[in-house]
Amino acid sequence: MDETTKHAETQPHELTPWDRVQLARHPQRPHTLDYIGALCEDFTELHGDRRFGDDAAIVGGLATFAARTVMVIGHQKGSDTRENVKRNFGMPHPEGYRKAQRLMRQAEKFAIPVICFVDTPAADPKKESEERGQANAIAESILVMTNLRVPIISAVIGEGGSGGALALSVADRLIMQENTIYSVASPEATASILWRDSAKAADAARALKLTAQDLYDLRIIDEVVAEPEGGAHQASQEAIRMLGERIRSHLEIISQIEIGTLLKQRYQKYRTIGTYLEA
Amino acid sequence: MKEFFRRRKTSFTTGEQPEGSPVPDDMWVKCAACRDLVYKKELNDNLKVCPKCGHHMRMSAQEWLDLLDADSFSETDAHLRPTDPLGFVSLDESYADKLVKSQQRTGMPDAVISGMGMIGGQRLALAVGDFAFMGASMGSVYGEKMSRAAERAADLGIPFLTINTSGGARQQEGVIALMQMAKVTMALTRLAEVGQPHIALLVDPCYGGVTASYPSVADVIIAEPGANIGFAGKRLIEQIMRQKLPAGFQTAEFMLEHGMVDMVVERNQLRATLGRLLRLYAGRREPVAQFMVSSEIYVNGRT
Ligand SMILES: [Zn+2]
Repeated sequence: MDETTKHAETQPHELTPWDRVQLARHPQRPHTLDYIGALCEDFTELHGDRRFGDDAAIVGGLATFAARTVMVIGHQKGSDTRENVKRNFGMPHPEGYRKAQRLMRQAEKFAIPVICFVDTPAADPKKESEERGQANAIAESILVMTNLRVPIISAVIGEGGSGGALALSVADRLIMQENTIYSVASPEATASILWRDSAKAADAARALKLTAQDLYDLRIIDEVVAEPEGGAHQASQEAIRMLGERIRSHLEIISQIEIGTLLKQRYQKYRTIGTYLEA
Repeated sequence: MKEFFRRRKTSFTTGEQPEGSPVPDDMWVKCAACRDLVYKKELNDNLKVCPKCGHHMRMSAQEWLDLLDADSFSETDAHLRPTDPLGFVSLDESYADKLVKSQQRTGMPDAVISGMGMIGGQRLALAVGDFAFMGASMGSVYGEKMSRAAERAADLGIPFLTINTSGGARQQEGVIALMQMAKVTMALTRLAEVGQPHIALLVDPCYGGVTASYPSVADVIIAEPGANIGFAGKRLIEQIMRQKLPAGFQTAEFMLEHGMVDMVVERNQLRATLGRLLRLYAGRREPVAQFMVSSEIYVNGRT
């Protein structure tokens, strides 16, 4: 057992933000397809953006969850090096976001709710992604989610990294497992941008207020979901069941809200984020 | 060109010039592109475009307001002030100190000026970023001013122009800064609902969370020649991803070639281009339904 996991089991209340970063990135944490496999039936993966290709860093498709059809979409990391190379370490290319947009539009067309699993260090920052319009792809995803006429629930199951995570988490309900993180940039990137030293990542992790509890206190997310002792990777099936139960409960509630009202609430929720003074 | 930017005499001589380094007598500026010395007055008369090589130098938000018809600008939401919502624990200068320094240097409370004005006699709302204020990074005040300006444009039924330059989301406001990407996009859906255009101008440099949100889904995207525009910074791609980048990567011209912007427009043509666009969008005001007689269906030129 690694140090952070041991720490998480014996002194869960003393975990630092940097410890949470390690737990959020733990390679043995369940990933999107583990959640879909355990929580859904009849998962039928849909591939491709119909424009360029199929991005393995984002998976999605139709499935049955809690006795109804849903569209599930998530960032997909690998659990070993080989799969991580295939999945680009969960860093989507533009075609991944465009696939997600296609599936969301389809969910709207057939009036089925959308469930997103968020787990990415960042959007892919390579030359080819720039050429194919990474900025536009993320911006379009955000736009699609702002006024999609079906309920959207997003659950952070690992790393919520920057715009790459936001593109799957403009939602009616945003929830995070207790050992996950969500941040404007990775702690390494923030340390490098502000202090020209990525080795100061632990300090950045503290300063950024990126833990699930921080985001709850900042009123960005709706709920912190408990994990099994030691972290989700210590008892995957139990972690999946615990999160699934909360998604089911939120879905039940927001499915009953008339869509016009839900869109107004979604507007208000994001429109009011921000802290400033009126001098 | 003079009819384009009518200057209050002093304003071209104030503010920082991060890329054109002033020389001691303050009359000459060295062009960062061609390295030639340019007479400052000549440069200012030329909208800060190098008369020798055509390099478009950065302008302050205040300077950009001269894009509008003379005396047509009225500022809105000038009273919004940034705070330190995370109590950001910095290893060097505190966020509060950085804000004060930037405020003193630029005379602005934060990185955006917003308001109303006219171009060619046509009313519009606008919001302009200023790179000299913490790299025009997007925090709460930036997001709130953009959102209010977009909503005001929607309420009044007028077009919205954004002039965008930014290093991305403001790190010191953490996830709150990130969420401004969603917030501004949300506010712009109001503008879309009333059928008014959002025109985004991208000027050097424009990166990260700003490029990856509202400007990239504008109805028209205009870039200035040579402007650096992208999502990930070149340094990251070269040093961390270890990829070789071709000359001209992430320039406005590169973005045009890859289908990411509608046009690259020289600064002295901007006013004419914007005026034309505003006229064109205003010209299709009537909803299509009004042209149809309800009981008739139009088929092949016959009803
Ligand atoms: Zn020059």
